[in-house]
Amino acid sequence: MRPLRILQRVLLAIPVALGVAVLAFFSLHLLPGDPVQIMLGDTNTSAAQIRAMQHELHLDQPLTTQLALFFGQLAHGNLGTSIVQQRPVSTMIAEALPATIELTAAALVIAVLIAIPLGLLSAVKPRSWIDRVVLSTSLLGASMPAFWFGLLLILVFAVDFRVLPTSGQIDATIALQPVTGFTIVDSIITHNGAALWSALRHVLMPALTLGAVFAAVLARTVRSSMLDAMGKQYVTTARAKGVSETAVVVKHALRNALIPAVTVAGLQVGELLGGNMIVETVFSWPGLGRLVVNAIFAKDYVVVQAAVMLYAITYVAANLVVDVAYTVLDPQLELR
Amino acid sequence: MSVLQALYPIQRHGIRALYSVNRLSAGLGAEPVGLLAALVVVVYVLAAVAAPLVAPYHPAATDLASRLAPPSRAHWFGTDALGRDVLSRTIYGTRVSLLVGVLTVGIATAVGTALGMLGAYFRGAVDMVGARLVELLQAFPYLIFAIAMMAFLGPGFWNLIWALALKGWIEFYRLARGETLSQVAREYVEAARAIGYPSSWILLSEVLPNIMNTVTVVAMLRLGYFMVLEASLSFLGVGIPPSIPAWGSMISDGRNVLFVAWWVSTIPGLALLVLVLAINLVGERMRELLDPRLRVA
Repeated sequence: MRPLRILQRVLLAIPVALGVAVLAFFSLHLLPGDPVQIMLGDTNTSAAQIRAMQHELHLDQPLTTQLALFFGQLAHGNLGTSIVQQRPVSTMIAEALPATIELTAAALVIAVLIAIPLGLLSAVKPRSWIDRVVLSTSLLGASMPAFWFGLLLILVFAVDFRVLPTSGQIDATIALQPVTGFTIVDSIITHNGAALWSALRHVLMPALTLGAVFAAVLARTVRSSMLDAMGKQYVTTARAKGVSETAVVVKHALRNALIPAVTVAGLQVGELLGGNMIVETVFSWPGLGRLVVNAIFAKDYVVVQAAVMLYAITYVAANLVVDVAYTVLDPQLELR
Repeated sequence: MSVLQALYPIQRHGIRALYSVNRLSAGLGAEPVGLLAALVVVVYVLAAVAAPLVAPYHPAATDLASRLAPPSRAHWFGTDALGRDVLSRTIYGTRVSLLVGVLTVGIATAVGTALGMLGAYFRGAVDMVGARLVELLQAFPYLIFAIAMMAFLGPGFWNLIWALALKGWIEFYRLARGETLSQVAREYVEAARAIGYPSSWILLSEVLPNIMNTVTVVAMLRLGYFMVLEASLSFLGVGIPPSIPAWGSMISDGRNVLFVAWWVSTIPGLALLVLVLAINLVGERMRELLDPRLRVA
């Protein structure tokens, strides 16, 4: 039953991914006017140059041929060439991706470290002062624009106390030998303590900014699913057996409460991906989000098209993983 | 008109709507946090409407002699890099936030609810097309979808609303579809069908009043989210054009002078935070009052 369910879910994701690619293809045609002229700007470009570029982007072909060529290129992993940088878009994305993954992972770690203990504490003592503080803080966190929170952090930790750097991934003065492309991983592999310290200091504020909203939502979920679990009969049974309260909370209730928390975490991946664009812009983090935002202002639409497509595919894949994980984690699902 | 239709005349739902409004205002007033939140929202709306009367300066009036002036009696919240009064611009910014939020929610709710009800009631092709569209749009994270749309459409007030609403409707579609499906299965709809009332009447006068509360609550809870999205897009420079004072672009302006003038970014952000928080509190309170099924544990 289960493998079939998972296969079915995987197959359902394929038409969606194809649809995303088709939408991405048509995005260039949304531009008000000729994409090539817009991308090349008002600089004096000759008609021959424009024609050459139209030819390069296949814009001189019929629409169906364009679509076929687009998918043909995609199948070869070719995402086109940046008009501004004259480099393959796939290379640019590959360079930016590790920074984004590192930031997102750090944000996830921070969010989980904040949210699970807080959600747990507030569920163990519902309606206590700590519960009230957690609930109101999480509402505040969920109402807060992330970019503004990031600026507040900069004001406090970089302007007032001058303890944290405001931009980039690592100090420019520190030499780090690239191995994997992930700054933190590379500094650990190469035993570069100075680089690791610098990288951690750089990632702290952006990760906190990105993780804050996520932590707010997660804390609420952990709280409500913990409350739910604490009322179950297995908790009463465990208590009756004389299991210590800590063991009841951690071993019995929390384990079960984490299943819905994982689902909510999965549903929030989209927010994290979107938040990346904002946070990377605020902290000049050299990742995918900043690549897209810079490309928008440089009118480098081929890059925008490819990156948005990548974001959507990642999101679809993440949802798929959550669905599958849920099927595996929750034995009750089979009964339904 | 059939005999049955004459026997069971169309009932107006005005009384029920009035009951909801009464219960809502009484409920909001009964609890201090809800009351405060509702009052905050009212103050913002009044400030937006009466901006020219309330704001001490014209939002675009530059005073290069007092650039980046710290908060003082003349400029309560200081001035920005062009010497424009931050308080006045923040008050005018309320207009953009509320307008974009309300219009987006309005369009998304109307379109999504209508399509969802039609899909659930008629099933078949309408339902199929809706479901596929929703699946496709759901593949994009919201902010990224909106940023991409704005990148290709260009900054602009209406462009922004369309970019947000184009994805915003799907939540209301799913909600209305699910709710309608459960209502259509009930006896009162069956009875109305048996009597021979037209589908349009059943949907508008029987089903809609029964799903309206749930839809209203979700619309309220989405309002704040749309405002944050608008501010995020304006912050990135792909939302409201710079000629209109908007909180997002003000925060972005302040970012360049963060080290010398904290007030330029902080004030509009605080204005947005308080408004969104108040809207969310009112929304949660509405959820408790109007829709007991949606209540969180």
